[in-house]
Amino acid sequence: MSDPITDKETKVKMSDHRQSEFLKIVGGVAKNPLGLIGLIIVGVFVFCALFADWIVPHDPVGMNIKDRLQGPSTTYFLGTDQLGRDTFSRLIMGSQVALKVALPAVFGAMFIGLTLGMIAGYGPRWLDNFLSLIFDTIRSFPTVMFALAVVALVGPSLQTVVFVVMATSIPIYGRVARTQTLALRNSEFILAERSMGASLFRILGIHMMPNIIGVLSVLAAMDIPTVIALEAGLSFLGLGVKPPTPSWGSLLKDGYALIRQTPWLIVAGGLPIIIATLGFTFLGETLRDVVDPRLRKNR
Amino acid sequence: MTAPLLQIDGVTIDYNTKKGNLRALRDISFDVNKGEIVGIVGESGCGKSTLISTILQLLPQNAEWKKGAINFKGKNLIACSEKEMRDMRGKDISVIFQDPMQSLNPVITIGRQMVDIQHRSTSPYVEKWQKAIDMLSMVGIADAETRLKQHPFEFSGGMLQRIAIAMALMSRPDLLIADEPTTALDATLEVEIIKRLKDLHKEMGCSILFISHHLGVIAELCQRVVVMYAGSVVEFGSVDEIFFNPKHPYTRRLIECDPGHIKERAKRLPTIPGEIPDLTEALEGCIFQERCSEIIAKCKISTPHFVSVGQNHQAACWLNHNQEPE
Repeated sequence: MSDPITDKETKVKMSDHRQSEFLKIVGGVAKNPLGLIGLIIVGVFVFCALFADWIVPHDPVGMNIKDRLQGPSTTYFLGTDQLGRDTFSRLIMGSQVALKVALPAVFGAMFIGLTLGMIAGYGPRWLDNFLSLIFDTIRSFPTVMFALAVVALVGPSLQTVVFVVMATSIPIYGRVARTQTLALRNSEFILAERSMGASLFRILGIHMMPNIIGVLSVLAAMDIPTVIALEAGLSFLGLGVKPPTPSWGSLLKDGYALIRQTPWLIVAGGLPIIIATLGFTFLGETLRDVVDPRLRKNR
Repeated sequence: MTAPLLQIDGVTIDYNTKKGNLRALRDISFDVNKGEIVGIVGESGCGKSTLISTILQLLPQNAEWKKGAINFKGKNLIACSEKEMRDMRGKDISVIFQDPMQSLNPVITIGRQMVDIQHRSTSPYVEKWQKAIDMLSMVGIADAETRLKQHPFEFSGGMLQRIAIAMALMSRPDLLIADEPTTALDATLEVEIIKRLKDLHKEMGCSILFISHHLGVIAELCQRVVVMYAGSVVEFGSVDEIFFNPKHPYTRRLIECDPGHIKERAKRLPTIPGEIPDLTEALEGCIFQERCSEIIAKCKISTPHFVSVGQNHQAACWLNHNQEPE
């Protein structure tokens, strides 16, 4: 039954196993048509963002007044804006900005929210009350108002946007993590762990977290489009990234001013937001069905 | 004779509830010797689970320690710090829980849980993995290596309970507490688990504190029996003494109610009339008085104390006191 195995073999088997788990999830997502669409969109989006510097046919911030406000052509796929900058190149660069805001903000918020939420759910009552109060206080601010206030205070920049998004979404993750922890803290397997001598850190980190992370990662996948839209919104208002850096929001703003002369500009700014939002939402929904082992059982 | 492995001496626990103090455990005393299997019987709500939490020092916050002492391997568990206690749990004392479907983490593979439970060992991952394979084979799970990569929901209840047993025995504990390990399983599996426990007990030589309300299982497995009623011990002694010569009315009724003991075809199964008294109310006299059919005047006045009614056999009932030559 258990023939002796050399170290190497077992190690290989372990990494094999982990890899196959990942492939299984990706495979599961791809099996669902919606998931496949989401996967492709997100893949293209991430690819554009990662290799933006090599993909762009023109300098996204280089002005060329001679060619300003041109329609789509073979040189400029999506035309140029009022300063003669290539819209397609700016769009590609914009995906990088969107990702630079969305990923750190969402994952930072998820991590901090998860930690605080587990502490609130597992810790003493007074700590729970205190953290819940803070969560509720932050959530009671409208996000855009909060963003306006912070930008007015420290000035517009990429970091400001990341900070605002993170601060406002920590409570969302925190509250979900807290509820899940509360539901699990008296479950028998946590009691079993405690009676097996597991420390607090071990209970929270190894046993509680995997039970919560599934829910939170779905929440995160659904949150990414919201964050992208928020960044675009702030940039549209001129409160996001600083002007020469192209963002989808500022593209939209530039296009909005010239909507009658050059309608393709606003389309170029708006479409990627819609498509990216859809892609992440599809992916998030399918991911939820695939990742959760409790749901997997019933399939 | 050497000192017993686990010595519970006069443990009394109250729960602070909205209704008042619930007297969950009253003056519980018994011993578990090294290598011995001791059974605890009693109906639901008689404090069996509280007793386990007490031994492990994992009582809920509203529990109040009134008096008593628990000695384990000569160490007073009450005086132990949280850290000392934690080092003991899972290493010297292990627990098997009632429902194996609930007592394993649903989202982590069995293998990871079995490796994680060896967190005190410094041996490399591969060795821990191998040990998990060995343990699974030991409790009779075929193809252990593939099985380790599966999640709890991919197993049947009986298999999960065997895995739970494997996990509990991994550290070779001195004391294994089994909290109704067969209640959630069906009858055929019950026999198998009991047999497995018996074999493992022979192999590992640990003491087992076996909690159940199934008398047949207790008779099969244990050497000594402690009968609990409403938070107190009413009788204890060797298996033969308890089953063939029960001296407390409650024990007698309990044995009568076991379907295995009914010889004639009956329309209704025998029951003990009444229910467990409200433990939040102060009670004068014997705890079993309201349901006892052999009640005498003295039962309502004062609480009976233990008298020896045989070799290693004691019962707390006034009826036995009358038999004593005074």
